[in-house]
Amino acid sequence: MTVIHDRQSNPAAGDEDRPIGYGRIQRKEDPRFVRGKGHYLDDIVLPGMLHGAILRAPVAHARLVSIDTTNALAHPKVVAVITGKDLLGLKLAWAPTLSADVQAVLVTDKVRFQGQEVAFVVAEDRYAARDALELIDVEYDVLPPLVDARKALDADAPVIRDEIEGRTDNRIFDWEMGDKAETDAVFAAADVVVSQEVVYPRVHPAPMETCGAVADFDAVNGKLTLYETTQAPHAHRTLFAIVAGIPEHKIRIVSPDIGGGFGNKVGIYPGYILAVVGSIVSGRPVKWVEDRSENLMSTSFARDYIMQGEIAATRDGKILALRTHVLADHGAFNATAQPTKNPAGFFSIFTGSYDLAAAHCSVTGVYTNKAPGGVAYACSFRVTEAVYLVERMVDILARKLDMDPAELRLKNFIKPEQFPYANKTGWVYDSGNYEAAMRLSMQLAGYEDLRREQAEKRERGELMGIGVSFFTEVVGAGPRKHFDIVGLGMADGAELRVHPTGKAVVRISVQSQGQGHETTFAQIVAEELGIPPEDIEVVHGDTDQTPFGLGTYGSRSTPVSGGAVALVARKVREKAKLIAGAMLETRPEDLEWEKGRWFVKGDPSVGKTMAEIAMGAHGTIALPEGVDGNLDAEVTYDPPNLTFPFGAYICVVDIDPGTGEVKVRRFIAVDDCGTRINPMIIEGQVHGGLTDGVGMALMEIIEFDEDGNCLAGSFMDYLIPTAMEVPDWETGFTVTPSPHHPIGAKGIGESATVGSPPAIVNAVVDALAPFGVTHMDMPCTPARVWAAMQGRARPPI
Amino acid sequence: MQISMTVNGADVTSEIEPRVLLVHYIREVLGLTGTHWGCDTSNCGTCVVLMDGQPVKSCTVLAAMAAGHDIRTVEGLASGGTLDPVQQGFMEEHGLQCGFCTPGMMLTARALLDKNPHPDDAEIRQAISGQICRCTGYATIVRSVQWAAAHPAGSGLADTAAADTDTAVPDVAAETEDTEVKA
Repeated sequence: MTVIHDRQSNPAAGDEDRPIGYGRIQRKEDPRFVRGKGHYLDDIVLPGMLHGAILRAPVAHARLVSIDTTNALAHPKVVAVITGKDLLGLKLAWAPTLSADVQAVLVTDKVRFQGQEVAFVVAEDRYAARDALELIDVEYDVLPPLVDARKALDADAPVIRDEIEGRTDNRIFDWEMGDKAETDAVFAAADVVVSQEVVYPRVHPAPMETCGAVADFDAVNGKLTLYETTQAPHAHRTLFAIVAGIPEHKIRIVSPDIGGGFGNKVGIYPGYILAVVGSIVSGRPVKWVEDRSENLMSTSFARDYIMQGEIAATRDGKILALRTHVLADHGAFNATAQPTKNPAGFFSIFTGSYDLAAAHCSVTGVYTNKAPGGVAYACSFRVTEAVYLVERMVDILARKLDMDPAELRLKNFIKPEQFPYANKTGWVYDSGNYEAAMRLSMQLAGYEDLRREQAEKRERGELMGIGVSFFTEVVGAGPRKHFDIVGLGMADGAELRVHPTGKAVVRISVQSQGQGHETTFAQIVAEELGIPPEDIEVVHGDTDQTPFGLGTYGSRSTPVSGGAVALVARKVREKAKLIAGAMLETRPEDLEWEKGRWFVKGDPSVGKTMAEIAMGAHGTIALPEGVDGNLDAEVTYDPPNLTFPFGAYICVVDIDPGTGEVKVRRFIAVDDCGTRINPMIIEGQVHGGLTDGVGMALMEIIEFDEDGNCLAGSFMDYLIPTAMEVPDWETGFTVTPSPHHPIGAKGIGESATVGSPPAIVNAVVDALAPFGVTHMDMPCTPARVWAAMQGRARPPI
Repeated sequence: MQISMTVNGADVTSEIEPRVLLVHYIREVLGLTGTHWGCDTSNCGTCVVLMDGQPVKSCTVLAAMAAGHDIRTVEGLASGGTLDPVQQGFMEEHGLQCGFCTPGMMLTARALLDKNPHPDDAEIRQAISGQICRCTGYATIVRSVQWAAAHPAGSGLADTAAADTDTAVPDVAAETEDTEVKA
């Protein structure tokens, strides 16, 4: 195997270990984190700060009869107890969601899911606030809950959202993409059609740090400072202005260091609003930090798609068409975080990496008595579900045709020369060389040898499975005319200032939760201006200090904000050119750029470095006509398209035939995200996402019993992989730049979470082939695998 | 009640409620917020500190139970401005992303290396199996601990300023484990 270290060879880029620009450099974030000097939400302590705690509903569906707060208010350390009735007076009992629905901040009429917010206690300390919760008396009139999404549209199903005038059922939306008639015609004429219900069960992003807020309302100035675990501080500021009626210039949102987000921290939770109300009511700062159970039971879940998939092909393995209907369980409130025009996110990318003649999908969203959410956990707006569906269906087709699943994929890939490729549901894929990535992955895996090993093991009754998944992601929402969140176009701003001594500050609108933005955004500026990354400070997460933008999720930071940062640096470079011309008393068009320096064409010895130009810009030289002083710029970047990274994954599992336990022995991941800013960070992103995949495929599920009790409300039941359940990852890469992106870079963060579950499940099903198993749903726990081995595979919901 | 203990080499005495958890005592009374709190069922290990050299989940120890004991937190890992090799290793091998699990992971690694200076990968995975990381997928954490094992304190190699990457010594053995191959 050839090992090629991905390091810059251009000396102008700095030495190999310390490139001035792209490359494997250590993170600027690490020194504070390894010393315990990060600054996370719960580390914040303000003078006079109080603590809030939420009383939550013990049942899933019930009329609220009464709340008695007398005893809680009598607690010596309790400052306030807020109920839904109080919020009604403030017009804050309901808050708009990111999906044009509303969500109850505190229950006023009835409880709609277990763990829902019922009352808020504000007390002198954390322990007292919790004590007081037990002193609140609530009377409920329990109603029959709706748990099974398959029954949500039955005539006798309880109507969950009966507070909405005229609503008589639980249907949220119907949405479709593609040409139904064309697709049906292709299916009718196809040699082979395979159908399968494929379920992506409800899971939870479960970041290690839960959600929380510290609200500090200054009554004298009317200014609200709100520290929050938020991935989208600017969008929150606008929403708080709308929700709370506080003028937007009087709201400052600060998102400190975040202990992982994974899509859990995009939306506004009732706890944030309650902290604000608590601060307004008490006149003191109020901190609210949820515990793990609250996080798992009440904050944004992920997935919960029941997909009826169909795939059509010729007998010799040409895939012709895909169609599917999806039943989407959205819980009690439609709080799904996604662009306004996309109620099922980007699910229509379910045509995958294949050149199809036709495709059609339809999605029906329904209410159930469960927590809201849906889009989270590195899903790129439902791409996890889309990729899982197509990659399962292709595998099932391969089995039906008795073809190797890798060969079937290779036969049907969109070819490099077909890009930009318009698929049948309206996406234009930017670039791709799928075969190269697939071949590399097979080479790294030793695919032929693995198949031989498998055949030998089957002879001996051992259960070994090889799973292949090839995915096309769609990340970087997105062009303003097509994509908005609650009316806010999905562009991102960037501001760059070069100080007189040549050090720089770049302010960005996206918000890292561990993805290394403080390092990689400095690298983008470094590449464009030749200033070393350590001389560039990246500022993010404070709405008073950073330009407007939509935040970090959907792997959009590099595609959108990364584009903005490259462009703002180029704008500064052009301004520097004019100033250098003045300093050198030459025409700017006679200057040439080399990294970090403008020099006179034909005379490289005469030039000015960025530091010299920066000093000149702030000094006393006569500036050219139309050039103002200082060396800074700002831009807002409206991307022309999204980016479409891709990957080829191969998973090898061994299953214990006596217990049904699945062990992931090897996992080979080849990713292509175009230009690679920092290979070390990309590799870490991939490793983390692959671990998500092992969790979802083998362990994780949020289940409910028939009474609507959440059965995975803690880490005792909601199982997340430890170091024991995952292998040492094997990664590789190809580079197919995005032609429309300023630096050719595509997003990557969610690719592995999107691409790995189908590889693992395909491997499990492959291992179980001797038992006649053609499909099983996640999670592939020992009990569920055992049932599948006995011919009793069942969907989890 | 009044309790006294040693935290990072300093004697501390406080008046607390008997029910106060050690994690809250460390964070809120002592102001040492490097120790984190990630679950309520003792599973995640973000709260791990060393008590008399042994890793304990400080969410599952009452502060009162720690009275009279020697506690070491992430803030006590570096000495005199010199990082512990474990801290350096996590930076060299990208063993952290959001940083939330990192303090607990590093303290467990320190306890492991004190007992077993040359653990194999399986021993490292076993040692950190009571701790959850959501970002890294663990492989780079294993490599970080191996880096620390290969560069013990006093060897001179770990004696670098935190932000100084000039002395980055790639661990060839570890790098080839996760083979990066370009087409």
